[in-house]
Amino acid sequence: MKKLLITLLMITVAFAVFAGGGKEEAAPTADPVVFSFNNGTEIQSLDPGNIEGVPEHRIYMALFEGLVSYDPATLDPIPGLAKSWSVSDDGLTWTFKLRKTNWSDGTPITAQTVVDSWLRFLSPELAAVYAYLPGMIIKGADAYNSGKGSADDVGIRALDDYTFQFELTGPAPYALGMLTHYAFAVVPMHVIEKYGDKWTMPENFVGNGPYTLTSWDPQEKIVMDKNPGYWDADNVKIDTIVAYPIEDENTSLNMYKQGDLDWVMTVPDAQLDSMKLDPTYVTNATFITYYYQFNTTKAPYDNADVRKALSMAIDRQELVDKVTRGGQFPAYGLTPPLANYPKVVAFKEDFDAARALLAKAGFPNGEGFPKATILYNTSEGHKKIAEYVQQKWKEVLNIDVTIENQEWATYLDNKQNQNFDIARAGWQGDYVDPNTFLTDLLYSTAGNNDGRYNNPKYDALLDKAATMPEGKARYDVLRQAEELAFSEDMALMPFYYYSTANWIDTNVWGGWTPTILDVHPWKGMFKK
Amino acid sequence: MSKYIFRRALGLIPTMFIIVTICFFFIRLAPGGPFSSEKKISPQIMKNIEAKYHLDEPLVIQYVRYLGDVIRGDLGPSYKYKDYDVNFYISRSLPKSILLGSLALFFAVIMGMGAGMLSSLRQNTWIDYMSMSVAVVGISVPLFVIGPVLMYIFAMQLNLLPVSGWISERGYSALILPVFSLSLPYFATIARLSRASFLEALRSDYVRTAKAKGLKTSVIMFKHVLKGASLPVVSYLGPAFSGIITGSIVIEQIFRIPGLGRHFVQSAFNRDYTMIMGTVIVYSLFLVIMNFVVDVLYGYLDPRISYK
Repeated sequence: MKKLLITLLMITVAFAVFAGGGKEEAAPTADPVVFSFNNGTEIQSLDPGNIEGVPEHRIYMALFEGLVSYDPATLDPIPGLAKSWSVSDDGLTWTFKLRKTNWSDGTPITAQTVVDSWLRFLSPELAAVYAYLPGMIIKGADAYNSGKGSADDVGIRALDDYTFQFELTGPAPYALGMLTHYAFAVVPMHVIEKYGDKWTMPENFVGNGPYTLTSWDPQEKIVMDKNPGYWDADNVKIDTIVAYPIEDENTSLNMYKQGDLDWVMTVPDAQLDSMKLDPTYVTNATFITYYYQFNTTKAPYDNADVRKALSMAIDRQELVDKVTRGGQFPAYGLTPPLANYPKVVAFKEDFDAARALLAKAGFPNGEGFPKATILYNTSEGHKKIAEYVQQKWKEVLNIDVTIENQEWATYLDNKQNQNFDIARAGWQGDYVDPNTFLTDLLYSTAGNNDGRYNNPKYDALLDKAATMPEGKARYDVLRQAEELAFSEDMALMPFYYYSTANWIDTNVWGGWTPTILDVHPWKGMFKK
Repeated sequence: MSKYIFRRALGLIPTMFIIVTICFFFIRLAPGGPFSSEKKISPQIMKNIEAKYHLDEPLVIQYVRYLGDVIRGDLGPSYKYKDYDVNFYISRSLPKSILLGSLALFFAVIMGMGAGMLSSLRQNTWIDYMSMSVAVVGISVPLFVIGPVLMYIFAMQLNLLPVSGWISERGYSALILPVFSLSLPYFATIARLSRASFLEALRSDYVRTAKAKGLKTSVIMFKHVLKGASLPVVSYLGPAFSGIITGSIVIEQIFRIPGLGRHFVQSAFNRDYTMIMGTVIVYSLFLVIMNFVVDVLYGYLDPRISYK
């Protein structure tokens, strides 16, 4: 036994020595510019047809380029794979001139590649979640995706090797901006045919973005190096991008403080106040709204007066200052403010008016108000807001509500099946247009209208706007609809517009601009 | 003896079959599914997705299909992480969890048995009180506190060890903090278990006889007491081993270790049915095998048990 103990001791010592030795090899050799960031979580896939989230989008922007890409500051569509485009007078036919460029393995990208990529995305076999985006605007796309039409009838074609054309179902002013989305990605069909589902493995992967995939160790990191064959390689200034999938916010922040990470987007709630004073903190308004949904299929939430009373009985400024503390902006409408679309202020908080409305609805001083539950998905942040609302409604309206948290998938299931009274929700616009809020959330037949708000007048206004060309007149109609939905109906209960949170040292990293969608293209970023 | 072992090994198969069957049907009872999404998926797109993964077939057919795949060693595609399959994720992450877990458990056994032995020999002295206090801390302070505190002291302030990462990235020193943190609660349990059983053994007749013969304390401890007193620890090690390799999610997240623990927890939230099944199969396989090993070991350690 003594021998055993001595052996163990020796192993321990040897291990410690060995461990010390292992560290030295990490020393940097050359000085390529490396940018490391926390991507938040493991990505679902590299295949643009299989992805849904923001972390995936960051990787997509490095490895792929669609017909158009983002202006790094304004996010307006700028030439990407297409060098120019034109649109027919009726706004229905768009023609793109492609630049002569190659995949990272040297294979040319032609208009036929674009056609094949888009058809692959729409094919029922691929089962892409975002197939509804092209389905919304491209002629015949929805029919093909749902198996009712054939691929030949989809309104996209290659006129010659470098001219691509598509037809819209109606004039959609936001169509060009939508093309930046990965639902319109161009993928290496020749590699997909060769390797099938295995085409995204690092050894097979081929892309056309400013970066190429060097390695992908799931749960560890993704390393992407500059693509020397990229058409605009001169403007790609960072040599290597490393994306870490770190879910623990403490660890991520510690690595940022130690200099292991150059960019993080979350910090632990307990450290938020102090990290907001950090000189590398960058924040700006973003295109996300936090709100509570009323189940309008259920009494008493089918009564607009009740909805208004509930919505007017909280103090949004107090909420963002004292509860959420992230520099959010109180919301009295749905669409976060845009350059040409200032925010709608459709109502104001008024506790006396709220009590009067509740009395008018048949619940004077809250008497007889049925037992209500606020449903939210488990999270400290949502809980604090729910508790604030619960307390405020008790104080102002004298009604009792309970709050209930559910794990994400359970919560979604209940919310999407109208199995709730009042439910927490948030929505991020997919493209920079009020339509992505007003239609997707409140149009009577919209899939995400979980509160089942239904007002034919509102629908008629949106239908009207959908046929109008881009411009002030269209925005005016959308405004009118939004004002109607909130001043008269209180279709849902808005709380605030989100602000972004980023920690990145902009004295070191240039070309990184705060943007409304919190999207940050890699091309153009540089080390100062 | 070998006949017993063989019979006992055969018994593992129906156990595994029952676990797989129950788990397969139980996870379908949870609300939502692998493709629940905040942006509601239109019925036609959902139909495409379900067809792609055979989720549109009757559950029994899915079950038979899955069972056939499992027997052939294929745990199926992950519904959430679509580029790789479950086999890939498990074969990649399991060795890391095994290494981390084995080291932690090894450390915990050596330290825990040592502390237990010392405490029992010096019962109610400062040595006893100190080692049992450390054990109480180890049991009661959760890993998500111990981990960050150690990280703060040794990595952030003293700069002795890397903040996080795996061997491939930071060298072997990356193992020290996670192994030490992970071993603490196990050390604590083992220390308390072994203290109790050492005490019991020290009061037994055969130890008194040994003392009466004039044997040295060290000989009594290692030759007579250790074998009998380690029985409760050995039976604890079976479930502890399977627990430590799948249940180290907290340590894995804090120290950024690409192990199995994350899949074990996250797959349930994702309703990633195949990944849940894969991790459950691995976990239960370890559990039944370790229990089997413990049973066999008993025969060697305890002279009262024989498998004839």
